[in-house]
Amino acid sequence: MRHVISVLVENEAGVLSRVAGLFSARGFNIDSLTVAPVGDGETSHITLVTFGEDNIIEQILKQLNKLIPVIQVTDLTDGPHVGRELMLVKVSAERDVRAEVLRIADIFRSRAVDATPTSFIVEVTGSSEKLDACLNLLIPLGVTEVVRTGQVAMARGAGKGSDRK
Amino acid sequence: MELTGSEIIVRSLLDLGVKTIFGYPGGAVLNIYDAIFKEKKLEHILTRHEQGALHAADGYARVSGEVGVALVTSGPGATNAVTGLATAYMDSIPMVCISGQVPSPMIGNDAFQEADTVGITRSATKHNYLVKDVNDLARILQEAFHIAATGRPGPVLVDIPKDITAATAPYKTHRGEVKIRSYKPTVKGHTGQIRRAVKMIRNAKRPLFYTGGGVILSNASTELTELARIVGAPITNTLMGLGAIPASDPLFVGMLGMHGTYEANMAVHRCDLLVAIGARFDDRVTGKISEFAPEADIIHVDVDPTSISKNVTVDCPIVGDIKNVLERMLPEVKEAAFKEKQPSLEPWWKEIEEWRAKDCLAYTQKKGTTEAQFVIQKLHELSEGRAIVATDVGQHQMWAAQFYGFEKPRRWLTSGGLGTMGYGLPAAIGAQLADPGRLVITVTGEGSIQMNIQEMATILQYRLPIKIAIINNGFLGMVRQWQEFFYERRYAESDMSVQPDFIKLAEAYGAVGLKADRPREVEPVIREAFDTPGPVIMDFRVNREANVYPMVPAGAALNEMILL
Repeated sequence: MRHVISVLVENEAGVLSRVAGLFSARGFNIDSLTVAPVGDGETSHITLVTFGEDNIIEQILKQLNKLIPVIQVTDLTDGPHVGRELMLVKVSAERDVRAEVLRIADIFRSRAVDATPTSFIVEVTGSSEKLDACLNLLIPLGVTEVVRTGQVAMARGAGKGSDRK
Repeated sequence: MELTGSEIIVRSLLDLGVKTIFGYPGGAVLNIYDAIFKEKKLEHILTRHEQGALHAADGYARVSGEVGVALVTSGPGATNAVTGLATAYMDSIPMVCISGQVPSPMIGNDAFQEADTVGITRSATKHNYLVKDVNDLARILQEAFHIAATGRPGPVLVDIPKDITAATAPYKTHRGEVKIRSYKPTVKGHTGQIRRAVKMIRNAKRPLFYTGGGVILSNASTELTELARIVGAPITNTLMGLGAIPASDPLFVGMLGMHGTYEANMAVHRCDLLVAIGARFDDRVTGKISEFAPEADIIHVDVDPTSISKNVTVDCPIVGDIKNVLERMLPEVKEAAFKEKQPSLEPWWKEIEEWRAKDCLAYTQKKGTTEAQFVIQKLHELSEGRAIVATDVGQHQMWAAQFYGFEKPRRWLTSGGLGTMGYGLPAAIGAQLADPGRLVITVTGEGSIQMNIQEMATILQYRLPIKIAIINNGFLGMVRQWQEFFYERRYAESDMSVQPDFIKLAEAYGAVGLKADRPREVEPVIREAFDTPGPVIMDFRVNREANVYPMVPAGAALNEMILL
């Protein structure tokens, strides 16, 4: 099963490689991993998307917890949470397709953030599934490049991720 | 008062109670060595290879229970240390390794003797640091010792650039002030789970204690022995757990696993409750995992939550320090209610005695060729079982585990997890320095000894009276055994019959060399070695084609043992 795991870590050099190294050394799957400093810059927040049987996920959570700079590990999959991903898609768009690209972008509440006579860059945010759906519609029109951030996620409700176990 | 980084290192080590460190100098650590030279209270042992320094620090830690400390230079010094770190990491040995690094401005420039030490050692350490500011140095060293020694112990590396060792900063001891918000190991076991475990033990008809190195690391042998005796259940140790309960205790059914005893492995297969304490269900122990302890509920006590339910699903997990958990179990099992409700274990013991009667470790010592087991038994007999025994890896290691009965913890030093050849000799150095008055024996093979033979010079330099017993069968014996069993006797590259004259080699180093070709020479050689004040190499020429029995073939279940 796919799991979204939120990891709060000390913002120090090498933490990302400790986390990524853990996954590669132990043969865990990693679907996406996003990281950025948060708050006062003393901590960083990592959102990890992974998949595996329950026992594998249990090990992943425990092994992450075992890393010394890891402050908090929360499996968001257990409860309601909001997940968002950002995608930029470059579509080669000339004459008759141009309107179609913008229409599709509009349907997905996304927008063109760059335009040339022969191309658009479309910015899409939302769940991974939404991004997939949008991309699938754009591909036949001539997609030349795609970049995606991987998911960031947060638990719903007033409490912090750390309040939810 | 402002001190240089090097002086801060030395002062920190002394403040942390370190008396002895093991190391090898080089350009990047010359400032530190200069500070050590000026400070007489810190004893530095010069090994002949960085791997030796790490294993010696490891041996020191295993015997003393303190954090072992090693100091190596940058680049090749640090990379040579990696095997020592990985060995300690796999066996959860508390250790701090200080490595030198090229000056900060040169890091990343492929400078002379530069290696990404933090990157290289990341997966071989519990944690590691690169010190970037001399003002952080004392705190980082304090943290390193704290992390190394607490929770599940392990090696911590602190990489220190040369300019940091020269820079100055005010020094303040951080002793007892470590605060790492993200590191809070669970020491106290969950009360409810402990009660549940005691209830499970009370109700079991065929309970078995399965205990590992964690018991020794936690100094919980006394509590374990008491618990096992009150419950009256059989107990088996892993390779790492030997000595946790006296080998002569009638409850002890021997080691389990690949080369464990028949009675221990059959007991695992038949028990209805397996109480795993400080052991991690290693594949050398479990055999075929799906058929491991098939009839048992499992209680697992371990300080490391990742060990629990990693390989085997556990019915009652208890995360906590072994000593803490056992101390809280004891009063409950001492209560009258426990004994009153406990079923008789007599039928269980009857089964065990039947397995024991097989005498699975029996071997025949004929007149002509010496059997390795005979040598180990003689070493045990003539040292009255009181020695510290450090081994290398292979057949001799298993025979030492099977035939040198350990009555006390911290007397058995072996690379259990990583299986590091070359461990034994330097580990014995650390052991001898940690316990100078005790007889220290290295049991090794002619293959293993040659992996760190240069440490003979260290032994001589510090006049360490270590007795080295080479179980010499002219083969990489365990490799040969596997080739015999699983590769139709194609002995590819396992022949070690070309080897140095170990007597002359001992003499070349200034030690005494003795050789025993025949069984009748074994005892006189050992006696002479024990009576000789300094270090001695004993070269025991043993049966070339003897195998370690019993054996569970890799991937087989524990009850599918091959007996002799």
